[in-house]
Amino acid sequence: MSENHQHTHIVPLSVYYTIFAALLVGTALTVWVAYIDLGALNTVVALAIACTKATLVVLYFMHVKYASKLTWAVVSGSVFWLLILLALTFNDYLTRHLLTYG
Amino acid sequence: MASTAPIAPLPTLPKKHYLNDGTTVASWLLTRDHKRIALLYLVAVTVFFVIGGLFAVLVRLELATPAGDLLSDDSYNKVFTMHGVMMVFFFLIPAIPGTLGNFLIPIMIGAKDLAFPKLNLASWYIFMIGATFGTYSVLNGGLDTGWTFYTPFSTVASTSAVVPAALGVFINGFSSILTGLNFIVTIHRMRAPGMTWFRLPLFVWSHYATSLIMVLGTPVLAITVVLVAAERIFSFGIFDANRGGDPVLFQHLFWFYSHPAVYIMVLPAMGVMSELVAASCRKPVFGYTFVAFASLAIAIIGFFVWGHHMFVAGQSVYAALIFSILSFLVAVPSAVKVFNWTATMYKGAVSWQTPTLYAIGFIGLFTIGGLTGLFLSSVGLDIHLTDTYFIVAHFHYIMVGGTIMGYLGGIHFWWPKMTGRMYNELLAKISAALIFFGFNLTFFPQFVVGYLGMPRRYHAYPPEFQMLNVLSSAGASILAVGYALPLSYLIYSLKYGKVAGNNPWGAVGLEWTTTSPPPTANFEETPLVTWDAYEYPARVEGHVA
Repeated sequence: MSENHQHTHIVPLSVYYTIFAALLVGTALTVWVAYIDLGALNTVVALAIACTKATLVVLYFMHVKYASKLTWAVVSGSVFWLLILLALTFNDYLTRHLLTYG
Repeated sequence: MASTAPIAPLPTLPKKHYLNDGTTVASWLLTRDHKRIALLYLVAVTVFFVIGGLFAVLVRLELATPAGDLLSDDSYNKVFTMHGVMMVFFFLIPAIPGTLGNFLIPIMIGAKDLAFPKLNLASWYIFMIGATFGTYSVLNGGLDTGWTFYTPFSTVASTSAVVPAALGVFINGFSSILTGLNFIVTIHRMRAPGMTWFRLPLFVWSHYATSLIMVLGTPVLAITVVLVAAERIFSFGIFDANRGGDPVLFQHLFWFYSHPAVYIMVLPAMGVMSELVAASCRKPVFGYTFVAFASLAIAIIGFFVWGHHMFVAGQSVYAALIFSILSFLVAVPSAVKVFNWTATMYKGAVSWQTPTLYAIGFIGLFTIGGLTGLFLSSVGLDIHLTDTYFIVAHFHYIMVGGTIMGYLGGIHFWWPKMTGRMYNELLAKISAALIFFGFNLTFFPQFVVGYLGMPRRYHAYPPEFQMLNVLSSAGASILAVGYALPLSYLIYSLKYGKVAGNNPWGAVGLEWTTTSPPPTANFEETPLVTWDAYEYPARVEGHVA
């Protein structure tokens, strides 16, 4: 791996301010959209905004955008593990109407 | 021939080693030496093992008679819960990684310390803070939810100390995560020149796999117990069906960590086993690569099987089928290990020392524990056996028959390295035998009584189950003696034990090339590794036994 001679990427402050502003907009959007009844899409929209915000934090505030391939592998692995949790849990919830004991 | 052979000088302790490098209390409590931190863990987990063991004594005393005569039903709930919480979170999970892992990983890979020594000390303090909360919940009314904190009982019904116990488990989780992180970075970055991945001892491989689970799984448990506490305090409604929540969601989240946690407990013991088997048979571990990758396979597949704890919890039949198949799958790498250990022993020159007895005991007991796990992976059979003593017997065969046998085997194997002294071998063999027989007498009858239908977690039971329960309680008393003995002869050996020398077992591995006890920096100079792990018998050096 090439971590030994990895150089620190200096991110201009303006990037941090922009991301911070984007996160605030995301928060405002979440509050605003909570007052509108979108039916089944309520949760989907809220989660979509939250995931976008989380991605921004991971990429910029946690510097993953500028990190080595090993870091990307760790992040991808973590997301994959989250997907295991979600996939197998939904494997239960989404099939309960088909057949359940007792 | 004997008359002409020179008499080997008796081994002596090195003048300077990690134990006498600073003798003040502060030199221990502020140490960054991984070996001293390992001993801090050793003392701490021993205390929690004794506390957890005392609760087990109460359980077995109560169950000696069919009537609920010693403890009320409420007290009994608390006693088995505190037994579980203390043993799982404050003994089994940290025991081998915290003590043997901490002590050995840097030495085995030829490093001076772990990658983050201060973080290592912080892990111990965090563990102690978490354990203090756990102990506080014991003293402050106890916890009665079972170690699993199942909702809705834990969130809306229980009047016991759920919040401090949950906080204790939450805080303890950070200790686990930091230890795992430290091990992963250390194994990646701190290996001595020439110590390639496939020259690593299997103990290191299994700790690498364990660390992956710690880092990937523990956050989920931590946040789940926080949600339980939050739901109790603020009535959130995440798990409460009355507020649109789902109690089964708790089980999904809890077992997503807690099933892999079984592997956090047993994988390090498997690592110990590989070392013990090779050293006691003077043979390389059969199929090194398979055993190494089996550790990773267990760590990964272990995350896909949690639903087998929920076959009767209301999950869909289809989910149950998937989890059942996946659970059968996770048995494969475990079986690979068992077969490889036995293949290693085949035609080996087995030396009947105490660590060997623990190793052989482990193979037998872990195999029974693993095979009964397959019974429980079968949905149909599991519906009959869920919440019976069959389950209790099964997981004790894994946790006690596997993890504790591995832990004690490891402690006996590396005790001369840790302290520089040998213990009384006869007493040690007697205690290993007592533990083996006591254990089987305690837990084998529980398979039978569970199969016959005796449910777990009740303080009273029908009289026809008494004989099997008396056998079990009698076995527990033998087991207690078996556990008390090492405590006494190991402490005695610290001052009066025979000086062990650098390599009393004639084992290979970098830890046996340095002094016993090792210097603070582990080696006089960084070793250059030009050989594979387990090059028996060619590489045995300095064998003085």
